[in-house]
Amino acid sequence: MIMEKIMHKLLAAALIGGALALLGSPGHAADVKTLNGAGATFPYPVYAKWADAYQQKTGVKLNYQAIGSGGGVKQIEAKTVDFGASDAPLKAEELQQAGLVQFPAIMGGVVPVAHLEGVEPGQLRLTGDVLADIYLGTVDHWDDPRIKELNPNLDLPDKRITVIHRSDGSGTTFIFTNYLSKVSGDWKKNIGAAKAVSWPAGVGGKGNQGVASYVERIDGSIGYVEYAYALQNNMGYTLLKNRAGHFVAPTQETFKAAAAGADWQHAQGFYMILTDQPGAKSWPITGASFILVHKKPTNPRQVQAVLKFFDWAYHNGDQMAAELDYVPMPQSVVKRVEQAWQQSIKGTAGQPLWPAK
Amino acid sequence: MSAIFQAIVARKPRSGSVLDPAFRAVTRFFAILVLGLVLAILGALIAGAWPALHEFGWSFLTTDAWNPVTETFGALAPIYGTLITSLIAMLIGIPVSFGIALYVTELAPRWLKRPIASAIELLAAIPSIIYGMWGLFVLAPLLANVVQPWVIDHIGDWPLIGVLFSGPPLGIGMFTAGLILAIMVIPFITAVMKDVFEVVPDVQKESAYALGATTWEVMHHVVLPYTRTGVVGGIMLGLGRALGETMAVTFVIGNANHINASLFMPGNTISSAIANEFNEASGEIYTSSLIALGLVLFVITCIVLGGARLMLARMEREK
Repeated sequence: MIMEKIMHKLLAAALIGGALALLGSPGHAADVKTLNGAGATFPYPVYAKWADAYQQKTGVKLNYQAIGSGGGVKQIEAKTVDFGASDAPLKAEELQQAGLVQFPAIMGGVVPVAHLEGVEPGQLRLTGDVLADIYLGTVDHWDDPRIKELNPNLDLPDKRITVIHRSDGSGTTFIFTNYLSKVSGDWKKNIGAAKAVSWPAGVGGKGNQGVASYVERIDGSIGYVEYAYALQNNMGYTLLKNRAGHFVAPTQETFKAAAAGADWQHAQGFYMILTDQPGAKSWPITGASFILVHKKPTNPRQVQAVLKFFDWAYHNGDQMAAELDYVPMPQSVVKRVEQAWQQSIKGTAGQPLWPAK
Repeated sequence: MSAIFQAIVARKPRSGSVLDPAFRAVTRFFAILVLGLVLAILGALIAGAWPALHEFGWSFLTTDAWNPVTETFGALAPIYGTLITSLIAMLIGIPVSFGIALYVTELAPRWLKRPIASAIELLAAIPSIIYGMWGLFVLAPLLANVVQPWVIDHIGDWPLIGVLFSGPPLGIGMFTAGLILAIMVIPFITAVMKDVFEVVPDVQKESAYALGATTWEVMHHVVLPYTRTGVVGGIMLGLGRALGETMAVTFVIGNANHINASLFMPGNTISSAIANEFNEASGEIYTSSLIALGLVLFVITCIVLGGARLMLARMEREK
């Protein structure tokens, strides 16, 4: 326990540096000038864009350190930042234990990308089950009958499949393996879902960039990257069969469909992983990225300013998010989030911090 | 010269009697600080690694299960990868470095010596991430498309060593990592070898030449015995870099926690496993296992350096 605390402190010092600690010190917050957050790398571009627009409008600066989801959770638990960000949601018990409140801020999708000569982006069709077996190494050639059956029109070569996965711990991997666990009993039993898993096959690349460059490099490879990444690099995305039995392409529309079909009402602490959701148009590997703040913060004004920022982003940031190929949260979910703020985030005297005056 | 001498003589004797001990104390403090730092690092590593070592015991070193989901960790795959890639680097790096140093000090025409020496220094100054990128974007495709298919076809079927060169030609893997490491350690080893070869007194070499010795014989019987310590030191410097190198290896090794007989298959090293996973490691055992990996690397490095010292001591005695 003590060791863990020391580790947290060490990490805090190493990653954030002294400057942030100075800026983020609570107390003299009569006029909040700077907000500090740290965590997931996946939503970083959109947070940065929002922060820029928000600063021009209100003069409040947002410092966001994209140190990874795990780091974000550690930082907010150690109270070195005003909010943490994580691609993998914390469970209700974990939130309770750490005294944190969690809410989704932005969505995106994870897209399987394949590099196979003669196959254009969007041509290859896969099911979750076959994808899981490819990653398990049991389907290891492109002309496997199970892939052929799904793609009768494609001329699939007798080529070995090289599986590419993330080598670093990552929220993307969490969403991807969560999906595979839902659709494949073998995967769930032997591998499981986490930010890093014990991969039975393949090659690991560091970051979306690493996976993408391996996929581009190796003919006959398959990997998975964030949607924005696949789109901007024009990678060979695959179609996936969703729970309703339709083959869908990864688009803004299919991500939104997945979010809309989800049962947010019964998701305790917004613990919601948008994989394998119902709905005819739902993209099966969708995920939200989450923000974490303290329930009873020692720096209530800072946290209030954080809530203001995300409120502003929910209502004004959709266009900016879409430009960067992220998917904004539906307004129905936003309403629930702001209700949750009002109910659970309290100032030092027990007064709700939201709605902010 | 005489001005300095006069200044020293004219100086008040008292100032030296205060400053000398102070100077000695300060330098001693710095020297002890280094020792203390090493011990502090070792202590921090042991403390951090303790939960994992307590949980897994010796099986941490003897199993290759690296599973964050079930929180079972064994370091065998990264240890294997670290040792094999460093071995490849040394097998390639030592002869090439020796050749370069020999050529520059003994054979090269005078006008060529300086450009080669400068090029070596330049190579040593290139940041490792550049080597990594070059490895991934230039070397890996070259290996995947040209070298590895040929080797797999021609050597892959040989008995015994064939298994080392089998599997799909990915271009990334242990062999590529070893090759990149070799390129990275060559400037270090060469620079040290060149420097120590140059301090061999010309009289000794010329005497040998005068007796009719060939360049190789002079090298073998005069230069090498004279410079043994320096040569071994240079090799150890290179080995140290190879064992601990992180970024360049991470780019090209494929980062898979498996032990594969084939050198063309992806593997992992201790330092690249730590670099990849530390940020997102959650939970005490996972973090602690990564620190334990660091401790293992520390111990390996100590063993290598200690071994080198022993070897040198034995050589001295035999002489």
